[in-house]
This record gives sequence, C-alpha cells and structure tokens, in this order.
Amino acid sequence: MVQVKIPTPLRKYTGGAGGVEADGGTVAALVDDLDRRYPGLKERICDESGQVRRFVNIFVNGEDIRFLKHLETALKAGDELSIVPAIAGGR
Amino acid sequence: MSTARAALARPTSPATGPLTVPSALQLVGNTPLVELRRVCDGVAPGVRIFGKLEGFNPGGSVKDRPALKMVEDGLARGALVPGKTILDSTSGNTGIALAMVGAALGYPVELVMPGNVSAERKKVVAAFGAKVIYSDPLEGSDGAIRLCRRILAEAPERYFKPDQYNNPANSLAHYETTGPEIWRQTEGRITHFVAAIGTGGTIMGTGRYLKAQNPDVQVIAAEPDDAFHGLEGLKHMATSIVPGIFHEEQLDRKIGVATDAAYDMVYRLGREEGLLLGQSSGAALLAALEVARGLSAGTFVVIFPDFGDRYLSTKMWLGWASFGGGRT
Repeated sequence: MVQVKIPTPLRKYTGGAGGVEADGGTVAALVDDLDRRYPGLKERICDESGQVRRFVNIFVNGEDIRFLKHLETALKAGDELSIVPAIAGGR
Repeated sequence: MSTARAALARPTSPATGPLTVPSALQLVGNTPLVELRRVCDGVAPGVRIFGKLEGFNPGGSVKDRPALKMVEDGLARGALVPGKTILDSTSGNTGIALAMVGAALGYPVELVMPGNVSAERKKVVAAFGAKVIYSDPLEGSDGAIRLCRRILAEAPERYFKPDQYNNPANSLAHYETTGPEIWRQTEGRITHFVAAIGTGGTIMGTGRYLKAQNPDVQVIAAEPDDAFHGLEGLKHMATSIVPGIFHEEQLDRKIGVATDAAYDMVYRLGREEGLLLGQSSGAALLAALEVARGLSAGTFVVIFPDFGDRYLSTKMWLGWASFGGGRT
C-alpha cells in the first residue's frame, strides 16, 4: 500500500482524512484506485485528457513526478505520495 | 476609433505624476487603465472593458495600497512603535507589500507563508529584508493564518499584526484611493466594477465608493469555482475562513471561474493585448466577459492585481506550448 497525503480542499472526498492508503504500481494506477475508493478525486487531479492538471503537484517521496516519469512513475509499497495544489488562497 | 471613445480613454500614468518623490511609498496608487480589445470577442461595440494595472505600484501589486494604509493606521493608533516587528500571514503579494513598506519606513517584517508559494515571491520578500516562516503547503493559506496566530500568541508584545483579513484599513485603502481613481479615470461612466476576491478588501472598499457615487454601478466578484484550485491569491469563500472585512451581501454578483480557463486567458492577454499578467487578472476578466456578453452598452473596470513575471516559474505556464505559445 502507498501512503497518500490529501490536501485540505480535497478532504471532502476522503471523509475528512488527511492521510489515506491506496494501491497501484504507477501513479496513474494509484489515482484510479483512489477514485474507486473516493469517487470524484480523479476528476479534481486530472483533466479531461487524463493529464495531471497544471496547478496540481504530485510528489513521490518528496520528488515532483514532473521530474520523474509523470503519471508512469513507479510506486512500491511504503512509498509516500503527496497531492499539493500549486497555490494558496487569500493574499 | 470614434471621438467618444478617445475622449473617455484618459488614463493617469506614473509618468504624469510629480517628477520626484521623497520615497517609494509616495508611488503607491494612481495606476493606469488600459482598454482591452482583442480578447473581448462576443462583446457588443457599445461595451468597453478597461483593466486597472495594479502591477504599476512600487511593490508590484494592488496590495501596496492596503499594506501602506494598515501600517499608517498602526502608526497613528500607536499600535506600531519603534522596537516592534510587523507580522502577518500572506501567500505572497501582501507579504511583498508589507516587506516593501517596512523597508521604506525602517521596521522589521516577519511573514508566514504556505511553503508552496511561487519562488519569485519568496525571493522578492527576502530582497526587501523580511524574515519568512513557512507553513504546511497542504493546509494552504488557512494553515498560514493559524500558524501566524500561534506565533503572535506566544509574544504579543513583540509584534504589530496588520491582520489584512480583518483590518478595516484594508478596504478603507481602496475606498480612499482605488475607488476615486476609477471614478475619475472613467469620468463617472463606469457601470460595472469587477475584481477577484482574496481578502475581499479591493472589492469591498472600491465597490462601496463607486456605489456611493452611483448606486447603479454593479459590483461583481470573481472567485475560484472549486475549493481545489490554482488561482494563487484567491479564495473559494464557501470552503475558506471568511475574512472579517468581506461582506458578500454587498456584492451584486459572484461568479465562479475555472483555473484552466483563467490560465488560458492569461496566455491570450500576453499574446493578443501585450499584457503579461497574473492568473487573478485572467479570472477577473473572465467574470467580466461573462457579464459583458449579455449587454449592449456599458463601461467595465476590471482589477488586474499584478503582472505575470512574478509567476513565470509556476505551473501556470505548463500549458503554454499546447496553447500555441511556442509558435513564432
């Protein structure tokens, strides 16, 4: 299982949980599994073409997947994945 | 261009002000209006849309106005005295503005920012000599607000906290400067005022002034269409700590804007109008266009809070190539 950190604005999908577990050999598979467990999450993270939305950063063990293999970045049990919006509201 | 059109377009500009000023603080305000043309497709010829270029402020954003007013107010009340440090939570532009004002006046500044604000913002604040304390990126600006409250509670005697979310001087700055400027620049012809909401200070103060001159002026707010968004500086009010200075009942309309659409509008503003702006400008303009397309006449003023060079390192530009940005 991979540990997934959920940002505050997406916790409405996870029943308020800031950390959840999900499965998948790649980030893409994990996002699909997250959406099965918490329906609606994938649409917030990925656009209609399936790519990660521009303002969403996904980190695997602290590394931005855009500097790894994007959605094809491999995952293994015990990895930590963080979903972080690229911004913060209110100036 | 008709004579009537030319007559209305009489923007003030930094170049028309005094030749010299005693400090950077005297450069705050009096920003120009620019008329938009190519990005206004679907808008009737009788509708004119102007952007107010707040990036011309010395700190580079609209936030110079409330930052200066809140600090002046603190000095006048005796809440800020020599030996105290200016402390606040901010995701960027207010931090830069407070750091600029603090540097100009000789007061130290400490800022609490979410760790995921853009690299440019972090560097600009550091260049003004301010100290930055980072809060958890996962908690967004509300996390910074909470951490700032804890720091203040531990040593309240050390700090002056402008508290932009709850300080009436924030919206008062706009009532006293942004509103009168727009009224003068449009020669009283403004029909619609549009701004995106972060603290709500701009829309509240400016809107109140404009409605006092003409109650028919429509005050329209743009906000992110979802709690999970990429519009730096803006708040989705339904899921945020609502600022004390924000009074939704004083708005005529509030329009939700999708992050991707706002980014694409920023691309268009650069390529079609020669204006490189931040994403909150794109969001506000989209809201304005939504209203403008249903009208046959009107004069819109849209707040463009800052220029886009502050966001060049951000993910906003990831879609640029597929948008056609790479073409020459």
